[in-house]
Amino acid sequence: MSESETTSGPAILVEGLTKSFGEVRALRGIDLSVPQGTVLGVLGPNGAGKTTAVRILTTLMLPDAGRAVVDGYNVVREAAAVRRSIGLAGQSAAIQEELTGRENLELIGRLYHLSKSYARSRAAELLEQFDLVDAADRPAKGFSGGMQRRLDLAASLVGNPRVLFLDEPTTGLDPRSRLGMWAIIRSLVADGTTLLLTTQYLDEADELADEIVVIDHGLVIAAGTSEQLKDRVGGDVLEFTVPDRTRCSDAVTAISKIGESEPHVDEETGVISMGVGSRGSDALIEAVRTLDNAAVETRGLALRRPSLDDVFLALTGHAAEEDGPVERRRRGRRRGGQQGGKDTAKAAS
Amino acid sequence: MSAVAAAPARPSGGPSLVTQARWAVSDSLMIAKRNLLVWIRVPAYLVFTVIQPVMFVLLFVYVFGGAIPVSTPGGYVNFLIPGITAQTAAFASFATAIALAQELKKGVIDRLRSMPMARSAVLTGRLAADTVRMVVTILIIVGVGYAVGFRFLNGFGPAVGMVVLATVFGLAICTIAAFTGLAIGDEESVQAFGLIWLFPLTFVSSAFVPISTMPGWLQAFAKNQPVTYVVDTMRALALGGPIAENMWKSIAWLAGIFIVFIPLAVRAYRRAA
Repeated sequence: MSESETTSGPAILVEGLTKSFGEVRALRGIDLSVPQGTVLGVLGPNGAGKTTAVRILTTLMLPDAGRAVVDGYNVVREAAAVRRSIGLAGQSAAIQEELTGRENLELIGRLYHLSKSYARSRAAELLEQFDLVDAADRPAKGFSGGMQRRLDLAASLVGNPRVLFLDEPTTGLDPRSRLGMWAIIRSLVADGTTLLLTTQYLDEADELADEIVVIDHGLVIAAGTSEQLKDRVGGDVLEFTVPDRTRCSDAVTAISKIGESEPHVDEETGVISMGVGSRGSDALIEAVRTLDNAAVETRGLALRRPSLDDVFLALTGHAAEEDGPVERRRRGRRRGGQQGGKDTAKAAS
Repeated sequence: MSAVAAAPARPSGGPSLVTQARWAVSDSLMIAKRNLLVWIRVPAYLVFTVIQPVMFVLLFVYVFGGAIPVSTPGGYVNFLIPGITAQTAAFASFATAIALAQELKKGVIDRLRSMPMARSAVLTGRLAADTVRMVVTILIIVGVGYAVGFRFLNGFGPAVGMVVLATVFGLAICTIAAFTGLAIGDEESVQAFGLIWLFPLTFVSSAFVPISTMPGWLQAFAKNQPVTYVVDTMRALALGGPIAENMWKSIAWLAGIFIVFIPLAVRAYRRAA
C-alpha cells in the first residue's frame, strides 16, 4: 500500500537537496513541495541544476545530502517503490527507433509487468490519445521530431504514473509541435496526475504550471505563481527597438527618468525594455515625447504585461532563454552542458 | 549471471523475492527479444554480423591462405576456421558496446532505470541477445568453412565443444565491451577504443598464422595471451591433438574476465549518467 493513499501529503517533497560533481556544485540545497494533482514548473537556464534535480527525484542519481520524497516514498531508501509511482520523459526521445510506435509502447508495458493483453490495449489507448494511430505500425525512425517526443511521452505514461517528470519536454520542437505538446500535457494534468516540468522557456512555465520555481546556479531564487512572479517586476513594461544601435545610449538617457526600474538594453538586437509600474499609458506618452525630442528613431514602441523573461531579468540580471537574443552573446560562456554546471562553477568561484 | 541479478533492498509491500527473480528472467527475455528484433531490422547490423565474417573466411582461404605455411592436417582452411571463429565472436562485442553507448546517450537507459523492472535485465538481456547473435554467426562461418574444404576431424562432441567455447569467449569479450560502452558512453569513442585493443589481441595470436612465423619479441606476447589459448583449444577440439594445458589456461582467463568485468559493467550501469 502506498503511504500517500492514506495521507494527503505533497506528491513531491524536497528538503535541502545538494549534489556536486567534483568541484561543480550542481544543487546547493533546494527545497520544493508539490501538492498532489498540481503542476510545478522548474524554470532555469542550462546548467542551473534542473536535470540533476529530476535525476535525483527519479532515482537515477543519489543526492549528496538532503531528503526527497515522491508519492510518499524516500527516493534513496525506497527507490524501488518510487519507480512504481513515477513516469519520466527526458530531454531526448528515449525510444527504440527500429521498433514501431506500438512495439515500443508494448515493450515498455511488458517491462512494467503488465499482462500481454493489457500491455497491448494500453499501447493502443495511448497511441489513440497521442494521435499516433496512423503511424503506429511504422518504425519510429521515420517519425517527425514532434511525433517521437509524443511517443516518448506516451511511453512515460504506460505504467499509469501518479507523479510524472518531464525534463524539457518541448526543447528542440518546432512551434506547432510545441503547442501540440502543451495541449497533451494539459489533458494529462486534467486527469489528476502530479507533474514536475522543467523548462527554459518562460512561456511554457507560464502556460502549464500552477506554481513556478526559478532555479539558477543550483539554488531556488524565487517561487510562486506566474502572477506573483510577474508582480515582482512591478507592473507594465515599456519596450521598443532602436534600429540604429549607436543611439541606444541616447534612448536610455531619454527615458531613464520615466521608469520605475533601470532600462535594460540588449545591444545586439537594440531592444530596450523598462518597468513602468502602474503609470502605464502616461509613461508611454512621455516616452514618445522624450524620444522624439532626442531625435532617436524607434520601432514597435509599446506597453506590455511583464513576461517571465522580465522576471528572470529582474531576479538574476540575465535572461533565461539560451536561444533568446540576450543570451546569444553569452553563449561562449554558457556552453557548459546540460548537467552542468561549468557556468555554475565559474559563478561560484 | 547471478552476480548481475543482485537486486536492491525493497521496502515492505514490494514484490516477493520469488516474484523479483521471475521478473529478472522475464525482463531479461523482453530486452533480449527487443535487441534481436532491432538486429534483424537493421541491414547494416546483418551485414556486419553475417556478410563480413563470410568475406573474411573467403579472403583468408583464397587470398592469404596460399602464402601461409601450416602443418595442420587438412591444410590452412582447417587451421583458419577455429581462429576466425574466435576472432568473429570477439568482434561481435563491438555491437554490444556501441548499442549500450547509444542507449545511454539517447536516454533509453535512463528510462529503463526509472522503471520498476529488474535492474539486471538491461545487461543480461543484452548479453543473451548477443549470445544468440554470436551462435548464428559462428554456425554461418562453420557452414561456409565446410563449403570451402574445412572438416571437423575429432568427432561431433568436441565440435560442439568448439562452438560452445567460441561463444563463451565471445561473451567474455562482450562483458568487457559492455563495461567500456557504459563507461565511455560515446559510440564513436567506444568503437575507436575497441579497435585499439581488440585488433592486436585477435591478430597477434595463433588465430590466423602460426606464431612461429612472427618475430621473437612478438611471439612472447602472442604465445601468452588468452586469444591464443582459446584458439589453440578450439583447434584441438576441432581437429584433435593435445588439449589439457590450453583448455585450463582458457578457462582460467575466461573466468578471470567474467569475475572482473561483470561487476564493473554492473557498476557502470548503476552509475550511468
